[in-house]
Amino acid sequence: MDKKRLANLILIIGVLSVFIFISMAYGLSDAFKENIYKVGTLKPIDSKLKVKVGQRAPDFTLPAVSGENVSLNQYRGKKNVVLSFVPAAWTPVCSDQWPGYNIVKDIFEQNDAILFGITVDNIPTLFAWTNQMGKLWFPVLSDFWPHGAMAKKYGVLRSKGVTERVLFVIDKKGIIRYIDVHDINKRPPLEDLVNALEKLRK
Amino acid sequence: MKGGKAVKKILMSLAVVAILFFMFVSPALAANAPPSKGEVLPVINLPIPKNPVEKGYLGLSGDGLFKIPQIKAKVVIVEVFSMYCPYCQKDAPGINELYRAIENDPDIKTKIKIIGIGAGNSPYEVGVYKKTYDVPFPLFGDKDFTIHKVLGEVRTPYFIVIKINDNGTHQIVHSQLGGFQGAEPFLEIVLKSSGLK
Repeated sequence: MDKKRLANLILIIGVLSVFIFISMAYGLSDAFKENIYKVGTLKPIDSKLKVKVGQRAPDFTLPAVSGENVSLNQYRGKKNVVLSFVPAAWTPVCSDQWPGYNIVKDIFEQNDAILFGITVDNIPTLFAWTNQMGKLWFPVLSDFWPHGAMAKKYGVLRSKGVTERVLFVIDKKGIIRYIDVHDINKRPPLEDLVNALEKLRK
Repeated sequence: MKGGKAVKKILMSLAVVAILFFMFVSPALAANAPPSKGEVLPVINLPIPKNPVEKGYLGLSGDGLFKIPQIKAKVVIVEVFSMYCPYCQKDAPGINELYRAIENDPDIKTKIKIIGIGAGNSPYEVGVYKKTYDVPFPLFGDKDFTIHKVLGEVRTPYFIVIKINDNGTHQIVHSQLGGFQGAEPFLEIVLKSSGLK
């Protein structure tokens, strides 16, 4: 009997210890105070890409936080386009990704590129969240309704309705030149994106 | 019934492995509490800067790694920052001003040094931050959050003021999350807490 109790105790402690001791290292900015919802560790990738490098990027029109509608086609022949999907507003890694892009406008300009930040959150949520980041120089687009339709078209909508943490680089001809469907739990290193942009010039 | 027993046996094995893991491995990986006043700094190994100006600023020589208390100073201010952190970006000019206030004062110039550790930042990202804000003091990357974990996974920016004693021992005399008061008031805190004033 005692042996059985001990076994059950070990079982309970073992299972609980996984939850108690798992800690996440986000390096989160104090700018967001206590308002960031901890999501824990998620399945790194939970969708299947429907586009690939070398293929024409599917067109889209999405509303921006600034109030205008933005279409990919508008930039054909004019600018390289970077799409930065982040999973959700007010979550740990996402909140510390775009503020970094916000201080490297010059790198995008040197590579004749425009950046679009995209999530499946609605406009008011994106408005409140991005306000905490300071004034962003790039448009933030909402793929809220029909929910995640554009993300679905690209094959980056996860099973629980948020998107992957993914970067697409689309050249002036509208061709996808780089895709990084990143582990959702980690921030993509900036240098990988910069390398991809610099390759467009070669 | 037999199936149930088998499942339980597997779960038991997993539980034992989990307990052993968290008993022996986790303490090395898990976050400590954020550093606070009166404590010693956790052991942090940083690469000796290759840049001779930075190396000279910290009073270090040779190559390899160094520990923060080896910096030739009476007081070291550590800023845990991130290139991706809006408050760090906002405070960057103020921290530069703090550096200049120290460097322009012959009484404290050799006694107080500043370094920055970029939580989760690659060397490239640290370089971008340094260039964007023209940061004059040495910055170090921490791409895999290794140092950040040892420092209790603090939010950024986080400031730690370390007093280095003549006998080589040290202690944290001040730490704060964000809320940078500006160069002069912060310097005042550093001077008072470290006993330099």
